[in-house]
Amino acid sequence: MTDVVLAPQPAGNPQLNAHGELQHLITLDGLSREIITAILDTAQPFTEVAEREVKKLPLLRGKSVFNLFFENSTRTRTTFEIAAKRLSADVINLNINTSSAAKGESLLDTVDNLAAMQADMFVVRHGSSGAPHLIAQHLAATGRDYIHIVNAGDGRHAHPTQGLLDMYTIRHYKQDFTRLTVAVVGDLLHSRVARSQIHALLALGVPEVRVIGPSTLLPTGVARMGGNGGKGKLRVFHDMREGLKGVDVVMMLRLQNERMQGALLPSAQEYFKYYGLTPEKLALAKPDAIVMHPGPMNRGIEIDSAVADGAHSVILPQVTFGIAVRMAVMSMLAGN
Amino acid sequence: MPTLPDATQLCTQLAEIMRPHVTPKTALVGIHTGGVWVAECLHRELAIALPLGVIGVSFHRDDFSQRGLHKGTKASNMPFDVEGAHIVIIDDVLNTGRTIRAAINELFDYGRPARIDLAVLVDRGDRELPIAATWCARTLTFPASQTLALERDASAQLAFRLIEK
Repeated sequence: MTDVVLAPQPAGNPQLNAHGELQHLITLDGLSREIITAILDTAQPFTEVAEREVKKLPLLRGKSVFNLFFENSTRTRTTFEIAAKRLSADVINLNINTSSAAKGESLLDTVDNLAAMQADMFVVRHGSSGAPHLIAQHLAATGRDYIHIVNAGDGRHAHPTQGLLDMYTIRHYKQDFTRLTVAVVGDLLHSRVARSQIHALLALGVPEVRVIGPSTLLPTGVARMGGNGGKGKLRVFHDMREGLKGVDVVMMLRLQNERMQGALLPSAQEYFKYYGLTPEKLALAKPDAIVMHPGPMNRGIEIDSAVADGAHSVILPQVTFGIAVRMAVMSMLAGN
Repeated sequence: MPTLPDATQLCTQLAEIMRPHVTPKTALVGIHTGGVWVAECLHRELAIALPLGVIGVSFHRDDFSQRGLHKGTKASNMPFDVEGAHIVIIDDVLNTGRTIRAAINELFDYGRPARIDLAVLVDRGDRELPIAATWCARTLTFPASQTLALERDASAQLAFRLIEK
């Protein structure tokens, strides 16, 4: 996989407009606690829409949202689609794997064509880190920055709406971020989800984030992510039992077999033995700890079914909250 | 400039105007934020049996494309069945009518009420939509440059204030 090379950025956060409001959502890195909290606060009333007889709001009426998925996804694409439809947008799903890109069209040519179809928002998933940023830069350079970009996962870089819905879930169950110890467990090397989670946790004031995994699946320099203004502390553990002691939140990651290059792991069985979340390992966390997973789960590899379906699991509420969080993000961008 | 009326007195007056029309089926719904304060007062004074509903209009505002989503968007909460209900929407000040239009749209997302009435403390005129209050405690006029705002202090006392835009 080759990453997209970006031109140097002018000073400031490229996601924000001249008024400091969110124009695009590309990464949680560099977003302030205030902005992240504002998104979570905005998501709150959207959760209640699902309880209504009419599960639809007019905020994006007449807008066209293009789901541009250059990489396979079912859950993320579906929740973005539901979110946009509940906001009354017209949603166009493009599986680029099976369309023009396969015929050789470049990313920016695809974007130009869709922009010419009066797109108002692109929800982009791409295998290359930086692709959504590249699109945003391209649209700005060609005077079309009224089109909003939402990153739905790019390479190993970021998956900001997943990070936000995880923060929403934690806040729902634990309220105060500043008293928590949170563990992020598993394949961090390939995980854009983990990067977004860690940025958000530290920005929201979590005092201790623990990353747990075999050294082959932790990115080099992961501990430096904690150097964020000296606020949160990031600790690295290779022994899962040690790392889970006394934690409030366990965030499991999917073992990304499809991205593995070379022999990073001896076997799935051995991975489960050392890094699979079993009831016995979970017992080391706080008695009221919650267990999260971004899905799709590999049962019996990173998580035992007894935990995934157990009393501590909030994995399905994560999916439900994800719709409200995506509705909030899309409404905020469309209104800015 | 007219002197500002006593908000607590207006609440009591509005309750007396509404009292002959209240039935056991009457449900009150206050519009965030000032309307909820007035609705709480009316709910108490009129001893309404059904729990008080609250309504946020951010999702149905017609200025979304100009102003975006309002900060502090509040959720609606309908603790009774809207289908077939007799609902009185409560607000502090009626002006253009746009908030009421949004509130009615929001209500219909929960079901089809049998009847909707509107009760306000102050009708300041300058309507931009064909909307009228069923019950109103006071009619006053102000220059368009001024906002009439209801405020509540720490001891839950209500008071009107004029704010230059």
